[in-house]
This record gives sequence, structure tokens and C-alpha cells, in this order.
Amino acid sequence: MDSRLRDATAIVGVGQTEFSKAAGRSETQLAAEAILAALADAGLTTADVDGLVSYTIDPVEETELVRTVGIPEVHFSSRVPYGGGGSQGVLLHAAAAVAAGVADVVVAYRAIKARSGERFGRAAVGGRGTSSHSGSTAMQWCTPYGVLTPASWMSLNSVRYMHTYGVSSEDFGRAVVQFREYAANNPNAHFYKKPITLDDHQASRWIAEPAIRLFDCCQETDGSVALVITSAERASASNEPVLIGAAANAALFEEEIASNHYTPDIATMDGCSAMAARLFEGYGFTRSDIDVAMIYDAFSPMFFLQLEALGFCGPGEAKDFIADGNLGPQGSLPCNTNGGLIGEGYIHGLNLTAEAVRQLRGQSANQLVDPTTALICASRTGVILRRP
Amino acid sequence: MTETGEPSRPAPLLTDDNHFYWDAAREGRLVTQKCLRCGRLRHPPGPMCPACHSLDFEIIDLAGEGVVYSYAILHHPQNPAFEYPVLAALVDLAEGVRVLSNLVDIDPSEITIGMPVTVDFRPTRHDGAVPVFKPKRTVNG
Repeated sequence: MDSRLRDATAIVGVGQTEFSKAAGRSETQLAAEAILAALADAGLTTADVDGLVSYTIDPVEETELVRTVGIPEVHFSSRVPYGGGGSQGVLLHAAAAVAAGVADVVVAYRAIKARSGERFGRAAVGGRGTSSHSGSTAMQWCTPYGVLTPASWMSLNSVRYMHTYGVSSEDFGRAVVQFREYAANNPNAHFYKKPITLDDHQASRWIAEPAIRLFDCCQETDGSVALVITSAERASASNEPVLIGAAANAALFEEEIASNHYTPDIATMDGCSAMAARLFEGYGFTRSDIDVAMIYDAFSPMFFLQLEALGFCGPGEAKDFIADGNLGPQGSLPCNTNGGLIGEGYIHGLNLTAEAVRQLRGQSANQLVDPTTALICASRTGVILRRP
Repeated sequence: MTETGEPSRPAPLLTDDNHFYWDAAREGRLVTQKCLRCGRLRHPPGPMCPACHSLDFEIIDLAGEGVVYSYAILHHPQNPAFEYPVLAALVDLAEGVRVLSNLVDIDPSEITIGMPVTVDFRPTRHDGAVPVFKPKRTVNG
């Protein structure tokens, strides 16, 4: 593949609101606050912005956003499908737009009221025959059967995974304990100062037996994260840029989104493997280049499937890789150092990107020793960031 | 089922592409789409064969026999339209089609991956019906 995007662009600003269970204000306001914080971090103003990227599922209209923060002229706007699995695609879109010269400064944002607004876990039975580009066309096959939430959709993949490789709930729990340990030290995390033991995990109630307990689930969260992307050339003059070393997307034939039930083997995440091949081999990175990783942990079993699909261990080996302590600060692949979506909160994956930037800038609450290269993976979209 | 006898299970969403499946279920038939040109079966249904691009298909009856490919016992959150725990399953049918459904007439502790199941039907609101699956009992079992 063509790797001309390698190091062509950079993240120059990161901003976010507080993460909470009830923001008490609109998604538009949350997005505007995060964007202004990100621009201030970048040393830029809204007059510099000429590109906008978000998720198809994001409720904040581009026109409303422009009117709110006062962007004079937009030259590029796009949205990424696939829900949270598309979360890192915003960087691919932004990098491609900047590298192609159609925009100079792109803001990527996600604003969500996943707890006080429309909850993903609300178990509603309303169905839509046409897609909102986040799996709603496939989910019509789940609704009449009471399979109504992301946890229930993904539990079918998770149980098959457990069956195929002999993985237990305790195995999932070991990853959760590590994420909660990171979260316990992160003042922005929902579970700040609330670490758990494996026994606590095992005592938490079943959501979808025998795969997903309450503590295996991400936190429905209100908040917003925004990132500012520009060319590497322009970034060199800014404060602490982080280069976008690689950005990739791979959506495979017959893969659904959260209800990915129809590929021949649902115990493997083939789209993630295809994405990883582009990210690593396609851009000339190796697994050993990665100093820290953020891997989309909507539900802990999905973390396992991605860890294997990314090639950090073989199929079925994630449980041993994790039991050996590799996700911890001294491990070979410290992961989700903000506490992940399980421990910090769920800004639909974009808070993982923000944490990767903080690690590379030396600003994380759980700062590792001098990381230079970070991976962020959301199954079918992924990014490698690196310090210049 | 509600006290009044009206089923509480929500009716399937009907679209131009899927209604034949649910229409058949209402008649107590489990069916799938078969491409008239290349013979490929497809589920969930779609308007075009992804292999040969034919728009022509027939609707074939399936035997209703399969095995549990995966399952989950859903406890929470709960919607009043369903009885809990909901027994969700992916069933690999003998003809090579996989469907998402519910398991019925079984204790949750008895569910295993690979167990043989056979189709049954359950009513929904608005006079609809959905295929579900029950354990395949041997004559002596």
C-alpha cells in the first residue's frame, strides 16, 4: 500500500471536557468546549480551522458547530461510520485531508451524553430499517430476540471466543483489574481511587453470562474530546506535536458493526488483523516499536480479540499475555493507561487517543518512562502516533 | 405473553429486503434466500447476490435443524417485552446459514455450544412470529 501519510501530519492540540454521568448541557456545547480547549492547547484559533471530522453517530451538526464556535470557512468535513470501531478513523480522514492539501487545520471531535442522554445500554426495542451507519440495519435481526444492547451483541462473539480457546471470566477479569488500577490513579477517571481485586470482578453481577459481568463493561459517560490535526511542517512550530505515523481502516466483507455475527469464525477479529497489517507492514512499523497501546475496551473480551488480531500474541494467547503482567506499567505492552473505556469513561474511543497523546508528551496520570511510539486500536480503525 | 394473551415480544421490523423471512415465519416456515443464478444462500437477506450480482432469488424452505454456534444468557438490562434471562443464540443451520435467535424449552445451565437444536416459532405483537430453537430430543431422551 501507499504509505505517503506516514509522518505527514501531526496532532498539535488535545482538549476535553470533564467526564461525568450528567453533563447538564448539550452535546453541541460539550463539543465546543472541547474544541476550544484543543485549539488553545495547539496555540491556534477557530479562524485557523478549516476542516471538521466526527463519527456518523455523533449528534452535533457541522453547521451548528460552526455557528457555535465561529469558524469562518470550512473546506473539508467528513464522518466515519462503524460507531466506536470507527473512532480512530477520524485521524485517517483528517490526515488524508491535510496531506491532500484540501484542508490546513482539521478538528476531530466526539461529543456524547452516553449516560444522561441516549444510553447504548438502554435495551430499547425500536428498530430502524435504514442505517445510521452504526449497525442499525443488522441490529433489526437482534431486536425481536431481546438482544438489545452492545453487551448482548458482543457477548455472542465473546462466548464463542471463550469456547474456542478455553478462556474464563477470571481471565477477562485480570485485564479489568489492571485497567482499574490505572483508573484509580487518574483524576479524570470515573473509577478514580476505586481499584478492584479479581474477587471483586468475579463478584460483580452477570450482564451476559458466561462472558460479560458488570465490571467488564465500559462506563456510559457524558463528555467530549477534540483533537487538532495539521501538517507536520506546520506542526513543527507548535507546542509538543505528535506525529501521525500511521492511520488505517479495514472493514471486511460480511463484517457487521457491534453485531458481527456472520463471519465464519467470530472468535477472531479478522477486520482488526487486516487493519493491523496496513498499520504495521503497510507503514513500516513493527510490534516492538510500540511502547504503549490504547485498545478499545468497550467490553473486556473485545480487548482480548483485538490484542490477538493485532499480533501482540497468538490466537487464544491473550489470557496468558495478560496474566504475565504485560499490560502493566512494567510490562511489554502497557495498555489503556488512562484506565481505558472501562476505567476512565466512554467518549466512544476518542479519550483513548487523547491518552496516547498525553503519554507521548509526558502528561499522563500514569506516565510511562519516555514512550516514543503509541498505538491506538478500535478494531477496524487504528493509528500509530510517535514523538518527532 | 401478557395477561390479556397478547404476546409482548416486539414484531420484527419489515423492510423491502427482509419481509419474506418474517412473512414465512408467520406461516411457521423457516426460509432463506437462494440466488437464482449461482445458488448462493444469504442471510441476513439482501437485494443482490454479493458473489454474482444477480437480483433474482428464490425463497427456499430450510429443514430447521442446526447446532448452537454460540450463545449468551442475558440478564441485564431488561426490557419489559421479554422474560429474563433471555437465551440468545447463534444457530448454524444444516444448510450453511447462520441465524440469531432464542433458545426455548431449555434450562440455561443445559446450553452448550454444538448442541443440536430444531426450529420452533413464537408469536410477536401485531400477529407476527419469529423462528426460535429448542433442543433436539432423541426418541429415548
